[in-house]
Amino acid sequence: MNTTDNRNPRRTILDRLRSQSVPHVALPNLNAGAWIEYADPVQQFTEMIKLVGGNCQCIDSVSSVAKHLGSFSQRLEAKRTYSAVEGIPGNVNLGDCHDPHELENLDFVVYEGALGVAENGAIWITDRDLRHRVVFFITQYLVLLVRRTNIVHTMHQAYAQIAPPRPGFGVFLSGPSKTADIEQSLVIGAHGCRELQVFVL
Amino acid sequence: MNAIHNTNHTGSRNSPPALDHPQLANIFTADQARAHWHDGALWFVRQKRDRMAKAIPEWEELRSLASQIKAHALANLPEYLELFERQATEMGAVVHWAADGQQHNQIVYDLLKENRAQRVVKSKSMLTEECHLNPFLEAHGIEVVDTDLGEWIVQLRGEPPSHIVLPAIHIKKEEVSETFHQHIHTEEGNYDPTYLTRQARHHLRQKFLGAQAGITGVNFAVAETGGLVICTNEGNADLGVSLPNLHIACMGIEKIVPRWIDLSVFIRLLARSATGQPITTYTSHFHGPRVGGQLHIVLVDNGRSAVRSHHTFQEALHCIRCGACMNTCPVYRRSGGHSYSNTVPGPIGSVLAPAMDAHKHHSLPYACTLCGSCTDVCPVKIPLHHQLLAWRGEMAERKLIPLSKRLSMKMGRIVLGNSLLFRTGGWLARFGLRMLPKWLTHHRLNTWARQRDLPIAPKQSFRALFQQRKKRHQD
Ligand code: SF4
Repeated sequence: MNTTDNRNPRRTILDRLRSQSVPHVALPNLNAGAWIEYADPVQQFTEMIKLVGGNCQCIDSVSSVAKHLGSFSQRLEAKRTYSAVEGIPGNVNLGDCHDPHELENLDFVVYEGALGVAENGAIWITDRDLRHRVVFFITQYLVLLVRRTNIVHTMHQAYAQIAPPRPGFGVFLSGPSKTADIEQSLVIGAHGCRELQVFVL
Repeated sequence: MNAIHNTNHTGSRNSPPALDHPQLANIFTADQARAHWHDGALWFVRQKRDRMAKAIPEWEELRSLASQIKAHALANLPEYLELFERQATEMGAVVHWAADGQQHNQIVYDLLKENRAQRVVKSKSMLTEECHLNPFLEAHGIEVVDTDLGEWIVQLRGEPPSHIVLPAIHIKKEEVSETFHQHIHTEEGNYDPTYLTRQARHHLRQKFLGAQAGITGVNFAVAETGGLVICTNEGNADLGVSLPNLHIACMGIEKIVPRWIDLSVFIRLLARSATGQPITTYTSHFHGPRVGGQLHIVLVDNGRSAVRSHHTFQEALHCIRCGACMNTCPVYRRSGGHSYSNTVPGPIGSVLAPAMDAHKHHSLPYACTLCGSCTDVCPVKIPLHHQLLAWRGEMAERKLIPLSKRLSMKMGRIVLGNSLLFRTGGWLARFGLRMLPKWLTHHRLNTWARQRDLPIAPKQSFRALFQQRKKRHQD
């Protein structure tokens, strides 16, 4: 039993674990849960985004978003903008960018989320068609679009509906980056985006 | 520097005892104003957690499910680890195994050396703290920057974190300001948290951009998909691994969950329990490396299998490191995280630390009032206070409690087991409580009385009162 083979820690660990007896417990069925359902999930989603420090607005179409952004001061001040949404222009082409460090001064990013979660205001975004996932984190200002038909009640529905890109990256993003590490005072804008604007279509 | 040895069974290490919890707590409580402030700050977090938990009608069901999933995963851990390894490898990651902290540190160092990485950014990882990775890498000339704001603050101050979720919860903004002024030349006397955070953001951005590797911890690893989940509010883990080509993720072997869908249960519980948020800002899922990059995953035992072998304590491995048991603990809140001299403090730390080294951490199971509040808030239902009580029994059996405690327990057994002795003792106590002067009861040797007053003793014993009543009823 308990032998330590320094050259093969994998075997050592697995042998140790196999030599132990741990009572068996069945894996529960998660589809049977009676999870919370909101009367108006879109409204709940909107409220949650505000609670976690973001802005959220319901809007009728992508062209309205484009029009809206035209008067955004953060957009007007931004020098380098990237948009993955058709109909909303940007001036950075990720195809020309070979090293993510070149995106250092990215100010403004527009992206569409695949799904929104009412219970916590989280939006699922992936790097499926994206060359540099760093755009989500390095930008100062982030705009995300979500279709109202893609808003679910809870994380259970969310995980059941999404398949992670394999290989690839996916993140549930809820609000702008934040910290309360100095005396529990909430400060928006830690290392990721300093502001988050969500549009529900 | 690095006192990590192999352990084959629970708590078999024999390092010298650390300073006792009461001694270290004394240092913290000497500054009463700070101790009160600390207590209040954590209670505030506990209340936020309560509001969040109450807003979810199925909260208790979620806790049960989480506990079942973890118990299942723990029972089948070797199979799930192998499945995870297969799946992660298929996604292009490289999986390494480390039996202890030394092996873990060596693996990380070798990877950095191979890739000629001299500057590293690290996101919060209690595992790397536990293994003392930073001093190991620094001794080899590598610059490691902790990028979680709280962790960076304690790193600059040369202290360990005092809480697993809120590493700098014991530090005041004036002290942060001073530290930043010293290290990054912020304005002297500017205590504004927003100003200080902005300066840190600015400074650390350069560290992110200059880093040649990113090291992260792991919150969950999914066996069926080979994926990793990392939760942060600051976005530091994501930024740290999206710029350099090398990502090293370090995880304890107990972080495995079987299915993708299981994440839904844990993600709903984690941030609500930890900080009273509905979810962390970033809940990131990594399957394999970035195109052109490398992802290395280090699976670490370092005493975990020893905990698993112990029937009473194995459930402690269900822990998802939310910190709720600390925030609620009346002892932790008043004594501070450093009084535990262990990477993980509070109730869960007091269960896990003796399992790693019973001799060194023998006083921790007593840093507890047995109020049970930790057990009530734990999102994965670890019976924490039962385990702490069980540890006290173990300590007594192994003769690891101080003689004074052992003798008084022995006396207690003799007195409580003999009715004449018990009665005489009661009479003596009533007499003594009324008659003895304070200098005699509150002297230096009686540590119990240091922050307590003795009750006013009744004139009669309960037994005498009861006899009288009975007599009155009969008359
Ligand atoms: S023991 Fe429970 S409450 Fe404490 S940190 Fe772990 S999961 Fe959270």
